[in-house]
Amino acid sequence: MSEITPERVQHLAMLARIALTDDEVQRLTGELGAIVDAVATVQQVATPDVPATSHPIPLTGGMRPDVPGQPLTTEQALAGAPDHDGSRFRVTAILGEEQ
Amino acid sequence: MSADLVRLSAAELSTKLAAGEVSSVEVTQAHLDRIAAVDGDVHAFLHVSQDALATAAQVDADRAAGAELGELAGVPIAIKDVLCTLDMPSTSGSRILEGWVPPYDATVVARLRAARLIPLGKTNMDEFAMGSSTEHSAYGPTRNPWDLSRIPGGSGGGSAAAVAAFEAPIALGSDTGGSIRQPAAVTGSVGVKPTYGGVSRYGAIALASSLDQVGPVSRTVLDAALVHDVIGGHDPRDATSIPESWASMAEAARRGASGDSLKGLRVGVVTQLRGDGGGFQAGVSQRFQETLDLLAGAGADIVEVSAPNFEYAVAAYYLILPAEASSNLAKFDSVRFGLRVDVAGGTVEDVMAATREAGFGDEVKRRVILGTYALSAGYYDAYYGSAQKVRTLIQRDFDSCFAQADILVSPSAPTTAFKLGEKLDDPLAMYLNDVTTIPANLAGVPGMGLPMGLAPEDGLPVGLQLMAPARGDAQLYEVGAAIEALLQDAQGGPVWAQAPALATTGGML
Repeated sequence: MSEITPERVQHLAMLARIALTDDEVQRLTGELGAIVDAVATVQQVATPDVPATSHPIPLTGGMRPDVPGQPLTTEQALAGAPDHDGSRFRVTAILGEEQ
Repeated sequence: MSADLVRLSAAELSTKLAAGEVSSVEVTQAHLDRIAAVDGDVHAFLHVSQDALATAAQVDADRAAGAELGELAGVPIAIKDVLCTLDMPSTSGSRILEGWVPPYDATVVARLRAARLIPLGKTNMDEFAMGSSTEHSAYGPTRNPWDLSRIPGGSGGGSAAAVAAFEAPIALGSDTGGSIRQPAAVTGSVGVKPTYGGVSRYGAIALASSLDQVGPVSRTVLDAALVHDVIGGHDPRDATSIPESWASMAEAARRGASGDSLKGLRVGVVTQLRGDGGGFQAGVSQRFQETLDLLAGAGADIVEVSAPNFEYAVAAYYLILPAEASSNLAKFDSVRFGLRVDVAGGTVEDVMAATREAGFGDEVKRRVILGTYALSAGYYDAYYGSAQKVRTLIQRDFDSCFAQADILVSPSAPTTAFKLGEKLDDPLAMYLNDVTTIPANLAGVPGMGLPMGLAPEDGLPVGLQLMAPARGDAQLYEVGAAIEALLQDAQGGPVWAQAPALATTGGML
């Protein structure tokens, strides 16, 4: 009944940037299939006349006064980074060879 | 001396500190000793502060110099690891944030410091607050002080176990679908999920932004109220923070404990949350019925109310939460903070995928991939869109219940604490632990968990949940304190006092 296949799990994992092992893909296919079947029951009552709620307590605005604050220093912002050059985060190549 | 100090409530410690009968250093040392003695078994803490005694000494010095101090000044508090702390690692229970020390404090932590409480350390939790047992922590589970072979609930099992094991009088937790109230139920403690927007989320590592709320964990209703007063109120750094001001929760709790708040109170029993369809442990249902009888005896008006769409709450929750989590957890990308796993010759995307594979546990991967699916083109309307509609229906159910009742009650959890490992291989069974607590998060209304006795069949704590209309947090404390007093009179003392003694090692007790 479920539409969760190993290929779909593999594709979703790529979209979510998680390099799953083959064993994980197999296990997740079964688990996610069961979960999706269970949560699909929401469709039984979600009729077209019911509006969606995205936020429990609706607020409008939510803007701070436009006054200068104290942002993090460069050192603070870089302090937890795996790699940096003192002023910027350092990462490996952005583009692969095929690009 | 120090063994007695750890059994006092925060309110009692506050009185002794103000009267000069005891110093903050003595109180803090007593709790550090208790942690050293029992936390090897309980594992409530991921990190114990090195600065606690120095912070306490400064409060003592300021008090001696005549400084005006708040009610909880000098009282130690444990902090769930989901909250950013400048001076302690903040991992949210995940390997991907191992050792990360944030460059800022969460607003609630800054408010604790401003009120001169003493941060004791960071408490264990399911990874990114995903779980109901603390077994999904990357750093090993917390154990229930009532029975070390059982779970302390989750995700905030560490904070609940810390107060139940007398390692801290009070703690902070966070509640996305029950992570404060369900651990309170299974450890015989008190916990409150405030109205959504009542307490700032700034600096709380986000799980599901439309559901998350930070709240207090304690052994008494008054202590929870005192903590709520310190951490609550508008924060301009959180755009979802409610701007208006709040009544004092501590005043409400004191009023409830001393007055006759229960007389004429309309107490709504939610049909769908009383386990008539099965799945609730017999001792839970029994204690719940006895509590209703006590309430009726105290003059409350017990009314049956129906919330037919609560049946779909768990399903809606397990679409909305993974959807929001998959987005929130995208920030763990191996670039700005946390773990990086190098891939020889790999691009930044290869490194990112390898890092998230190594840094996330099974439950996090499950939910991130489920959320990615729920938000995919072609499935969005069927899953995420439908779940948002269920959210509307649940809010309407609450509206109709609160038209008939001032406060709603249910058991906090369907069972007492289960064995470690019992539900670990069955994600769906684990999800159903939150059937009673999830509706409040979906609607944004406040909920409180407090103990209502022990289940006769296993001698383990059973929790009562109270829910009030949105912004009705003070009413929750007033009624909660009244029920707490009523139950203690009937039972001859508080539930927490019946916890079995723990083996102690290495401490000074």
